[in-house]
Amino acid sequence: MADRATLRRAIGTRANWVLPPLGLILALLLLWQAAVALFEIQPWLLPSPLQILRAGWAARPLLWPHVWQTTQETVLGFLSALVIGLSLGILIDRSPRVRAAIYPLLVFSQTIPIIAIAPLLIIWFGYGILPKIIVVALICFFPIVVNTADGLRATDPEQIALLRTMGATRRDTFLKVQMPGAMPMVFSGIKVGITYSVVGAIIGEWVGAARGIGVFMLRATASFRTDWVFVSIALTAALSLTLFGLVTVVERLTLGWHYAATRQERWEEISEEKR
Amino acid sequence: MDAAPIIAARGVSKAFQVDGRVVQALRDISMYANEREFVTLIGPSGCGKSTMLNLIAGLLEPDEGEIAFRGNARARRLGRISYMPQRDMLLPWRRLLDNILLGPEIMRRDRRAARQRALELLPLFGLEGFEDSYPFELSGGMRQRAALLRTLLCEQEVVLLDEPLGALDALTRRTMRDWLIEIWERFQQTMIFVTHDVDEAVLLSDRIYVFSPRPGHIIRELEIPLPRPRSEAMIIDPAFLGARDAILAELGLDHG
Repeated sequence: MADRATLRRAIGTRANWVLPPLGLILALLLLWQAAVALFEIQPWLLPSPLQILRAGWAARPLLWPHVWQTTQETVLGFLSALVIGLSLGILIDRSPRVRAAIYPLLVFSQTIPIIAIAPLLIIWFGYGILPKIIVVALICFFPIVVNTADGLRATDPEQIALLRTMGATRRDTFLKVQMPGAMPMVFSGIKVGITYSVVGAIIGEWVGAARGIGVFMLRATASFRTDWVFVSIALTAALSLTLFGLVTVVERLTLGWHYAATRQERWEEISEEKR
Repeated sequence: MDAAPIIAARGVSKAFQVDGRVVQALRDISMYANEREFVTLIGPSGCGKSTMLNLIAGLLEPDEGEIAFRGNARARRLGRISYMPQRDMLLPWRRLLDNILLGPEIMRRDRRAARQRALELLPLFGLEGFEDSYPFELSGGMRQRAALLRTLLCEQEVVLLDEPLGALDALTRRTMRDWLIEIWERFQQTMIFVTHDVDEAVLLSDRIYVFSPRPGHIIRELEIPLPRPRSEAMIIDPAFLGARDAILAELGLDHG
């Protein structure tokens, strides 16, 4: 009995999270559909959601290679950013001198507009996949570096002292205390990074490419296929959300303890307030 | 039995740099602990008791003087003396069993034997059935007992305890105190205990060092003549009351 009540409450909470945004999106789409019909807006100016859906469905075989290309660029770029970001973050934490040397450069690298760098990368590395991977990596490595370095830095020094009294080496304290403790922060950085990654790939494609959602988008604009422009926007969003979702799943699986602990704290706060 | 003390500090001083100023934490401390002795350092807050423990543990080295472990002032102390900090310091991402096995894991001892020993001791520490719980699921008293079990599972001859009961509420603290007596009687390791609770100090210790306010130095050394095993009932024993009054007088709290 109690179990069923808990289950129902769990489903209820889940529904509370999913239903409001879903309802709002549906309402906006309906409004859009109605407005297009009511004001008789031309499809080349603003197609209705249904027209976009139909156009996308019809263009399936055409779209697939573009989506696959962008996905590859994004995933490879993101993985490079992850490797570089984690290594730099760890390096920064290791030595105050490295921190002092690298940190300003890191911030500076984020002030350079990617749009300005992308053509240079094409000149240097050609029209292949490499310059797109670099653009993606440039866009998403920054939050990963900063969060890794800050996460490692936030380690409780007493925790490290305790391990040292057990005879721990620096490697032990890093692997058993610092790194696991920094993981929630690292994942936050990864989530920010992955959100920008698809947009990075598309910017890379705009500057010069033969395939990709960005290329499809440019061609659609050039030929006034406004419906296809919207199809590519929808695909970009869908790809970003999918990647974000994957990261969240990995995070939940590895940081179960963190979520459970945070939930417990919130629950205790609520019961405090009620008292 | 070896007559030489297992820990002996001679003329130890320690200063820290705080915001450009030099703060003298400890001045000319000489103290010792014999094998299987329960020694307590008591004194007002900020008198450098915890610094003394950090020095004994080997986390810090003295500016002046020396600390000998088994008669050797140059012996490496890190990894040979177990230490229980004031806060439990359980790792939030580790389940209880993995938390208490941290010491043997770091020292690369046989995992299966350590696990066996830990499982045997769980009931004595009131943690049976919680081996798969995360620290946030445990009460304050349980977390503190887990931290003590983690310390004892390091299986070193000397154990340093930095106000292990300080973070607990009065009621839990009293239960834990009785229980700590029982644990010590059973394990018989050398204990160096830091507290500012006079009753706790007298009830648990064989010998007590009373520290002055900063810069901390030893103003009195007392033997506690109470017989072992100790019990809560001894708090009305004249020997208990005598020692307590003497310490309170040293700390300037006797007019209360």
